[in-house]
Amino acid sequence: MTELLYDYTMPSGAHWSFRLRRGTALRLTDLEGGANVGMLFYNPEEKLERYNAPDTLKGQHTFKLTRGNCLYSDMGRVFASIVDDSFGWHDTVCGNLDDARLLEKYGEHNYQQYRNDWTLSGHASFLTELAKYGLGERDLAANLNLFSKVVTDDNGQLRFDAGAARAGAQITLRFEMDTLVVMHTCPHPLNPASDYPRKPVRVEMLTAAPVAKDDYCLNFRPENARAFENNRLYHLGL
Amino acid sequence: MIRESQLNPADAHFRDTVPAGDYFLKVLKEGETLRILDLEGNQAADTLFFNAKDTAERYSAMDTIREQGNVFLTAGTVLRSNRNRPMLEITADTCGRHDTLGGACATESNTVRYALEKRCMHACRDSWMRAVNEHEEYGLSKRDITHNINFFMNVPVTAEGGLTFADGISAPGKYVEMKALMDITVLISNCPQLNNPCNGYNPTPIEVLIWH
Repeated sequence: MTELLYDYTMPSGAHWSFRLRRGTALRLTDLEGGANVGMLFYNPEEKLERYNAPDTLKGQHTFKLTRGNCLYSDMGRVFASIVDDSFGWHDTVCGNLDDARLLEKYGEHNYQQYRNDWTLSGHASFLTELAKYGLGERDLAANLNLFSKVVTDDNGQLRFDAGAARAGAQITLRFEMDTLVVMHTCPHPLNPASDYPRKPVRVEMLTAAPVAKDDYCLNFRPENARAFENNRLYHLGL
Repeated sequence: MIRESQLNPADAHFRDTVPAGDYFLKVLKEGETLRILDLEGNQAADTLFFNAKDTAERYSAMDTIREQGNVFLTAGTVLRSNRNRPMLEITADTCGRHDTLGGACATESNTVRYALEKRCMHACRDSWMRAVNEHEEYGLSKRDITHNINFFMNVPVTAEGGLTFADGISAPGKYVEMKALMDITVLISNCPQLNNPCNGYNPTPIEVLIWH
């Protein structure tokens, strides 16, 4: 049984942050196709604990993120589980577009002239949002890039798959511990589009059903079950 | 890419052996060359780099992977910072491929990867924490411990998006060499991992050499 608690359509090229409680879920929808959501997680009670992309990938022997995958912190715990995903392959290794690359790709669009249609980089967006919690450059870890598919060949060569974009693609994250979520809707750094992509994202917050013993994410890999056990230990302290 | 070095170990102005489970922390000056030598083979050297003058600038796996368009590191790779600036360039490599996706071992991640009972086994992040504690003059803390390079590790990505921890492609005497493009604080954990077939469950020493 889930209940919609909050519903907001976030414009592109924007940043936002909020705290989600354990037992809630975040459903994101790429309304038009071709959106990118940069995302980072922190433990609001101990902000040195943060999303760890290497542990997430190696713990689940995967390069892509999709349904079943859990998003690990550096402390061996699960911030969130991907309980639903119609997109199939989300990136967590390519980081952000920075200001210099933004300028090269899209030219200057400042606030004075363009108002809310100015162009922001994902890097600058994260730093702006992090500063609200006393966090900065030193705290900026490898982030998620939801709705962006980046593949490699046998030689490790990267390729951004623009053909993966699909209007209505949706991912749902269920939060397994209280989490500070920091996000932006700026373009993926490898997006080949010559014009700054303007793709809104619907953000819904919901209650989540309790995690059952036969939960898909919990049982997706034995590593996930052990990470959930670390969460259980953590919550014994509350 | 295999590229041999022209440098002679006899001319190095610094040489030190780092036992498995120990750390190495030192400033490399701009223009100096660092060699990490896999003495007995299949060892992993988990390495972090910082701008020695401003440690908020540090090695970034994301920036390095994205800018070179490839997930592997080898001769010719420019190691980039979180400000997307060149920090070091790999100038020689007799191993051929190094990993920067897999991150370092930690007691916490060992519980997830192997078994909850592995909690109190020594791990790379603990070596880094010890280095941070024993050398406050470097101004580093847990905040600064981010994604690293695993020199000598082989972590191929499959077409289906899998990540595999393959047999090591390193061997006794293989090395990687890099030139500093700015003053660099080098922090290496010589990996103590006892749970991984990549090193044959047998962590071994490395040697570090520096040329002016």
